[in-house]
Amino acid sequence: MFRYIVRRLLQMVLTFFGATFIVYALMFANVDDPLQALAGDRPITDSQRAVLEARYHLDDGFFTQYWHYVSGLLTGDFGQSLTGRPISEMLAQAWPVTVRLALFAIVIAAVIAVGAGVLSGIRRGGAFDTATLVLTLLVLAMPIVVLAPLAQLVFGIQLGWFPPTATRDANLYELLLPALVLGTLVVATELRVTRTSVAENLRADYVRTARAKGLAPKRVIGVHVLRNSLIPVITLIGVDIGALMSGAVVTEGVFNIPGVGFNLLRGIRTEDGPLVVGFVSVLVIVFLVINLIVDLLYAALDPRIRYE
Amino acid sequence: MTDIRAHLDALPGVDPRAPLLEVRDLHVEFRTRDGVARAVNGVDLRLNPGETLAVLGESGCGKSVTAQAIMGILDTPPGHVTRGEVRYRGVDLLRLPEADRRKVRANRIAMVFQDALSALNPVYTVGFQLAEQFRMHRGMSRKDAKQRAVELLDQVRIPDARRRVDDYPHQFSGGMRQRVMIAMALALDPEVLIADEPTTALDVTVQAQIMNLLAELQQQRGMGLMLITHDMGVVATVADRIAVMYAGKVVEEAPVHDIYARPAHAYTQALLESIPRLDLKGRPLNVIRGLPPALTDIPSGCAFHPRCTYAREICRLEPPPAYRIAPQRIASCHFVREVLGV
Repeated sequence: MFRYIVRRLLQMVLTFFGATFIVYALMFANVDDPLQALAGDRPITDSQRAVLEARYHLDDGFFTQYWHYVSGLLTGDFGQSLTGRPISEMLAQAWPVTVRLALFAIVIAAVIAVGAGVLSGIRRGGAFDTATLVLTLLVLAMPIVVLAPLAQLVFGIQLGWFPPTATRDANLYELLLPALVLGTLVVATELRVTRTSVAENLRADYVRTARAKGLAPKRVIGVHVLRNSLIPVITLIGVDIGALMSGAVVTEGVFNIPGVGFNLLRGIRTEDGPLVVGFVSVLVIVFLVINLIVDLLYAALDPRIRYE
Repeated sequence: MTDIRAHLDALPGVDPRAPLLEVRDLHVEFRTRDGVARAVNGVDLRLNPGETLAVLGESGCGKSVTAQAIMGILDTPPGHVTRGEVRYRGVDLLRLPEADRRKVRANRIAMVFQDALSALNPVYTVGFQLAEQFRMHRGMSRKDAKQRAVELLDQVRIPDARRRVDDYPHQFSGGMRQRVMIAMALALDPEVLIADEPTTALDVTVQAQIMNLLAELQQQRGMGLMLITHDMGVVATVADRIAVMYAGKVVEEAPVHDIYARPAHAYTQALLESIPRLDLKGRPLNVIRGLPPALTDIPSGCAFHPRCTYAREICRLEPPPAYRIAPQRIASCHFVREVLGV
């Protein structure tokens, strides 16, 4: 187990460098004149340009620039955004907002998915199962770029049930609509996986044994089937947490929530290379750590799995 | 502990003189998209305390389905019992409310399954799965129930039971796992034990150990044992009586020695001839030609006639009646005399 974790951590280091390198290269290739982007419409004098180029290492080659960036990153220095703000400060402000939103969304999605998934898995082909099938197809077919503004328009503005935007210190009620919208990204798949898993496990031999032991159906399903069925679902939910944190770009943009996605979106629009790379680097780390935790959780849930 | 027992003894229709277990004219069919599969077509069986009845037959002959119907654990749908009775001490279990029937399971009639690896829940310790029955049926505390689980593992001779009770099924060897399965079935001291191919998934050496253990526990407890198998070698050593099944019917029933000495049904005879024998070494083996019939399309008359060497016109047209050829012997074959050679 310990060796497994160490090996995974080493793999994570490699993945981290690979991912940041690619993102850095993409930003490098994308930006044509970062200094003009920084200055906006104002003209820049040659001397100003020279000073700035030296400060941001812009006159160096690509690899030297990447080296400067990574060495800064490793000492905890994310550098400055082109707007002049330290990126670490922006990260510290944005992350809690996104984490809260993503966790809220995943809790809502998981409760709905597991509850409805178990019910439709037990009564496959029934009215409830058919209804959820249609609904999940609808949700799957509806891209979030459509759903988010639509929900904001209908529930936020026309019906006025929820505030149409949320601030940094939004309470759970204010976050409910964005979290619901964000949750639709994952709820359908989680529900279908739960349903299939329950249906499959209901046919397993150990269920027959449990029934032969004279156990009540409630216990057969609640104890024997559920634990086995949830193994793949929990894995999926874990991976989804990572997906939601990065997938919040649209939702945060629409509902004006100043989280990671919101900043990332702005960074891309203003060609703010350091900002984008900084945020993505942290996203990569979060993603990797969550995946590691999910794998360890998997072993805890299924005693047959032991990591060497 | 006595609550459930007392309740079961007070079930309406309990008759102390009735046979321990009696199956009459049992019909089970599976309704699938491809048609109706008639898995069991009028099975009659009877089991007495302390007796071992072997139910013998090829795969797909309906022996496991019969067992599941007796236990009341058929997958419904698609499986449905369409006719017949399953009487435990005179009480027809098929007409019992589900809540009562659940109490009969494990308390009175228990079952050992074929493949213990898939029949045990992979994510719970064997101790949990054993103790569960004491907690649910006897209302014991977790601690007491676990203590009983250790005792049970001891009884089926699993070494170091106190430590192994916390292991998961996959941590046991095949033989040990089947012992766990047996312990689980015996937990609540049932009167009837149904063992569905209990040794099929095991090595030959381990098979013998498990069969001996089953036989020994049965003797100790005076249980009725219904042993479902396709292995004629296993049958010869432990069974008192044999019921041979073909296409969802019992075609011959007899005390074990009679059947080996003089089979009365053409199918039984063909089965016995298909066993490789040392004294017939070098000669081609008499195998039964063809395959068992598809249950959606069972041949008319005697279901065995397309594969039978005795078959004549009458076999195709008329189902053979059950001939009583001796006090304890029944055979459903038009050519009983010819098969017996009298």
